[in-house]
Amino acid sequence: MATDQKNNHSKTPFFDPMLPRSFRIVRFQQETAETFSIELKPVSGQKEFFFEPGQFNMLYVFGTGEIPISVSGDPTKPEVLIHTIRAAGNVTRSMNNLKVGDSIGVRGPFGASWPIKAAEGNDVIIVTGGIGLAPLRPVIYHMLAHREKFGKIVLLCGTRTPKDIIFHKELEKWYAGAELEVHITVDTALPSWRGNVGVVTTLIGKAHFDHSRCTAMVCGPEIMMHFTVQELQKRGVDNKNIHVSMERNMQCGIGLCGHCQIGPRIVCKDGPVFCYEEIKGVFTKREF
Amino acid sequence: MKLESLAKILKEHPFLEGLEQHHLDFITGCASNVVFKKNEFLFRAGDPGNLFYFIREGQVVVEIYIPGKGPTEIQSRGKGDVTGWAWLIPPYRSTFDVRAAELTRAIVLDGTCLREKMETEHDLGFILMKRFAALIAERLEATRIQLLDIYGDRSKK
Ligand SMILES: Cc1cc2nc3c(=O)[nH]c(=O)nc-3n(C[C@H](O)[C@H](O)[C@H](O)COP(=O)(O)OP(=O)(O)OC[C@H]3O[C@@H](n4cnc5c(N)ncnc54)[C@H](O)[C@@H]3O)c2cc1C
Ligand code: FES
Repeated sequence: MATDQKNNHSKTPFFDPMLPRSFRIVRFQQETAETFSIELKPVSGQKEFFFEPGQFNMLYVFGTGEIPISVSGDPTKPEVLIHTIRAAGNVTRSMNNLKVGDSIGVRGPFGASWPIKAAEGNDVIIVTGGIGLAPLRPVIYHMLAHREKFGKIVLLCGTRTPKDIIFHKELEKWYAGAELEVHITVDTALPSWRGNVGVVTTLIGKAHFDHSRCTAMVCGPEIMMHFTVQELQKRGVDNKNIHVSMERNMQCGIGLCGHCQIGPRIVCKDGPVFCYEEIKGVFTKREF
Repeated sequence: MKLESLAKILKEHPFLEGLEQHHLDFITGCASNVVFKKNEFLFRAGDPGNLFYFIREGQVVVEIYIPGKGPTEIQSRGKGDVTGWAWLIPPYRSTFDVRAAELTRAIVLDGTCLREKMETEHDLGFILMKRFAALIAERLEATRIQLLDIYGDRSKK
């Protein structure tokens, strides 16, 4: 029921968790009008960046501010650190203006990971909304690298319009391949769109997976996760097998300041990935 | 398609699961097999709504024409889905266009014939009304969620 890892630094050498390390942007990729990916390499010190799928870093744009962003790259390729970011406000917009060669501060990796070990032997259903695909992409890379350990793997992605789909090429590759069952849906589209139209929750009924023996991983805006959890529950998926990634405003990222508290939980330390059973009491509640 | 295979397909369709044989026989009598080429319309907004469809293969899209923007897809239906309920609710007119997005095979049911039967056979009427009410509620919920623009900006917590 619990997530696999809490504050895993086992493979990384010890760094002061409050002190950003300097990384250089080696590649910049505009994914959609609002979303971009940056590939980073450390300016000095240990070259590899190890992380568990679901963990995040605190990224510091010098002179602007520091924000939590999940790692979106491949955990089997620690030589490059990748983040995918939606330009939502002050810090993320100035990040969008950075160029190859610019530096950025990185603290991490922090937080609990998706339950990939616990999911072994089960069918896996991954449901994402918008940028929510980014924190789950490392899970997909991991599962594809260890395909024999998992049952069916279903990926359901929802976005507003076809133009908002991130990781287009990879999705096409996964869709065409036999290792994943991929369904993509958009809220509205022009007639040239060939995929599904409707909210992501409507795809759950179309997906082929064992409802009683599955691990569900859900990431997106909280309201999207709320309806997705309801739909999974309707089909008999147990709360203990549903995992969600929560977002709260963060400052320290290591459980010291209390900024990211929801109810009795500290998102940066106990989460951001939670088993739904653990947080159902605070999920989408007005008080939290 | 032969009547027996039509009956078999309808009997196995989840929407009609558990119906008594004489009700299924009646429904089969109102049904026929249809194929739509890509871009062919199943029905258009304003058309008399007297038919509904069980999609067997392919995909159809519910569209609305937005002046200045053109046709916009708002929902899609695929294999196993049911589309069309205008035949059930006065004034029996379709409100949206429904177009085949690819080659689509479906079973079409004559809603007018079925509605008349439901007026006299209340058991069948009640069962079908319950199932269509559940379908309409499901679509309403999906539409409400869609209206929330759930992938967009979230306010900071
Ligand atoms: C653990 C964790 C992992 C995250 N991973 C990612 C990721 O991989 N990619 C990514 O793009 N973002 C991710 N986020 C969200 C990201 O941290 C925020 O978008 C960011 O902090 C916004 O900072 P800002 O200064 O750009 O915006 P602000 O200037 O602080 O906010 C500006 C506007 O953005 C909106 N906004 C603020 N926070 C969010 C939010 N979380 N989501 C959407 N809109 C918001 C506000 O409503 C406001 O209108 C993650 C958050 C957490 C807690
Ligand atoms: S951000 Fe400080 S406790 Fe979580």
